[in-house]
Amino acid sequence: MATTHPRTLYQKIWDAHVVERRDDGTCLIYIDRHLVHEVTSPQAFEALRLAGRTVRRPDLTLAVPDHNLPTTARRDAAGQRIAIADRESAQQLAALERNAPAFGIRYIGDADAEQGIVHVVGPEQGFSLPGATIVCGDSHTACHGGLGALAFGIGTSEVEHVLATQTLLLKQSKSMEVRVEGDLGPGVTAKDLVLHITGVLGAAGGTGYVIEYTGAAIRALSIEGRLTVSNMAIEHGARAGLIAPDDTTVAYVKGRPYAPKGADWDKAVAWWRSLATDPGAVYDKVVVIDAAAIVPSVTWGTSPEDVVPITGVVPAPDSFADASKRDAAAKSLAYMGLTAGQAMASVEIQNVFIGSCTNSRIEDLRAAAAVLKGRHKAPHVKWAIVVPGSGLVKAMAEAEGLDRVFVDAGFEWREPGCSACLGMNPDKVPAGERCASTSNRNFVGRQGPGARTHLVSPAMAAAAAVAGHLTDVRDMI
Amino acid sequence: MEPVTTIHGRAYPFGQKNVDTDVIIPSHWLKTITREGLGRGAFETLRADPDNLFDSVEFAGSPILVAGDNFGCGSSREHAAWALLDLGIRAVIAPSFSDIFSGNAFKNGILTVVLPQAAIDRLIEVAQSQPIHIDLDSQTVTTPFQDRFAFDIDPFRKTCLLNGLDEVGLTLAQGDAIGAFEDTVRVERPFLAVGVGS
Repeated sequence: MATTHPRTLYQKIWDAHVVERRDDGTCLIYIDRHLVHEVTSPQAFEALRLAGRTVRRPDLTLAVPDHNLPTTARRDAAGQRIAIADRESAQQLAALERNAPAFGIRYIGDADAEQGIVHVVGPEQGFSLPGATIVCGDSHTACHGGLGALAFGIGTSEVEHVLATQTLLLKQSKSMEVRVEGDLGPGVTAKDLVLHITGVLGAAGGTGYVIEYTGAAIRALSIEGRLTVSNMAIEHGARAGLIAPDDTTVAYVKGRPYAPKGADWDKAVAWWRSLATDPGAVYDKVVVIDAAAIVPSVTWGTSPEDVVPITGVVPAPDSFADASKRDAAAKSLAYMGLTAGQAMASVEIQNVFIGSCTNSRIEDLRAAAAVLKGRHKAPHVKWAIVVPGSGLVKAMAEAEGLDRVFVDAGFEWREPGCSACLGMNPDKVPAGERCASTSNRNFVGRQGPGARTHLVSPAMAAAAAVAGHLTDVRDMI
Repeated sequence: MEPVTTIHGRAYPFGQKNVDTDVIIPSHWLKTITREGLGRGAFETLRADPDNLFDSVEFAGSPILVAGDNFGCGSSREHAAWALLDLGIRAVIAPSFSDIFSGNAFKNGILTVVLPQAAIDRLIEVAQSQPIHIDLDSQTVTTPFQDRFAFDIDPFRKTCLLNGLDEVGLTLAQGDAIGAFEDTVRVERPFLAVGVGS
């Protein structure tokens, strides 16, 4: 189909995946890559089994456990599996371990070197590719948009639909450009940027849109940083985020285990380079952000949109124009145990979590270790853990000696998994205690019943551990 | 999926409004690995009462539920539909449903019938002692007392239910188109066709 009018990156990927277009605008969209984890897949596999159906393209599917896995040792000295105490967690994990081979799907096991969080493993293995459509039964699938893939989360019936047909029935979203002009300052990272964007747009600001992040500050980000930004597209309401593939993307993908090889590689690179939004293409909405104005960001409330600079104060509920937001803010402050007007940099913390699909890649660990080198966590910080996003990230960090830096600073060095990002495994923040967390959601009870979460960058989490309270990492670098 | 043509039998004269998905299936049931067995958790909080409707000798196992306005509001959990199905419910009749719930119900072969409150009131009266009959093809709900209520349904959903076609089944019928698309990808974008290899 020859299309001459200028198109956005989103439109180009969409057009390249339409199997069939129906009269009402619904399209049957081909799915190039399907990531599967243990929580949202058991019922989909069971449905296939009951209907006598098979997986259409097991070769385009990759299964890896992450949500329920404890981040402590998984094998004893004799190499035997250490039993998981939570019976239901163990059962969900066992189901995936059984289902993947039964349906011919490549399964990365709990003790394999490649195991990790699906959204870390996909890009790392070269399974997630620019220009591809990627789905997973998990809302943070938006992450892979950092490579220029159209990636989004789906429900269990849709997981089944993709397993059986390798397609989804979808209507196209609207397009939004979030253009980040200028440069981020020293000590200001991709996480600070995406928290800032979430604060500007609001938690529902991107609802109904696919967001393309553009501009000099985005171009300057590493792939790790771009994955962090796109990961949190869902936190400002967008089902998917996108960053156009460029030289940085091509260099990242090259040579990875499942990346294209030989003639396929050249063809792939040529196609990826053609995907950038055409000059003159029109977005349904454009938001411009000034990178230079961003300082390290922290959240004060129980929605990811509750963002202030670390130099700021806890806002007063009355300061919000919207009545329902005033009400929500008052409830948030009560839950968080904060007082309006309190300086964010004075908020004492007892726990630090460095990890999650947002911030557990090697660059994140390097940034945290750079702050912690030669320093130690404050005595009242009871629990500080670093959870690498994958076994390969862990091995790389150990080769660089980062594990020693963390352990010397009083942190625990853990096995890969979703960990304290959500309360499905043993890593939880005690009720009423605060956690400086590099994860993506500060919802009520997200890190454990009654837990109080402050979302920050890895460098900011490290700085908070040392100071014992939220603090401006720029004073430590 | 089993075709849905007629549903006949006793109906729970439930009638409650704004029944949310947390009422239908509480969140602690979500860590399960099957769609089956959730019937045990269906309406768990209501069933803590020993005199509840769902465990009564007369109504237990009824295929129809007659409910009030806004049935299935709240979260998107597909477990709500699975729980009703496992309890033996094949149709819910109410003045209105949440969009998400009715979509999930449809994906699982549960018929959602929208009727005005006056009809609901009459059906609740009848259901106390008599069965109710739903005919999808003629789009009617009838009773042994010659009551006859016509209902509307999306033509696409009607076809799917009558023929036992779920969305997966329908898309599988497009297998040739999907195969042709895959052939094109193998030529034009072979790097996307490889995946983890075979």
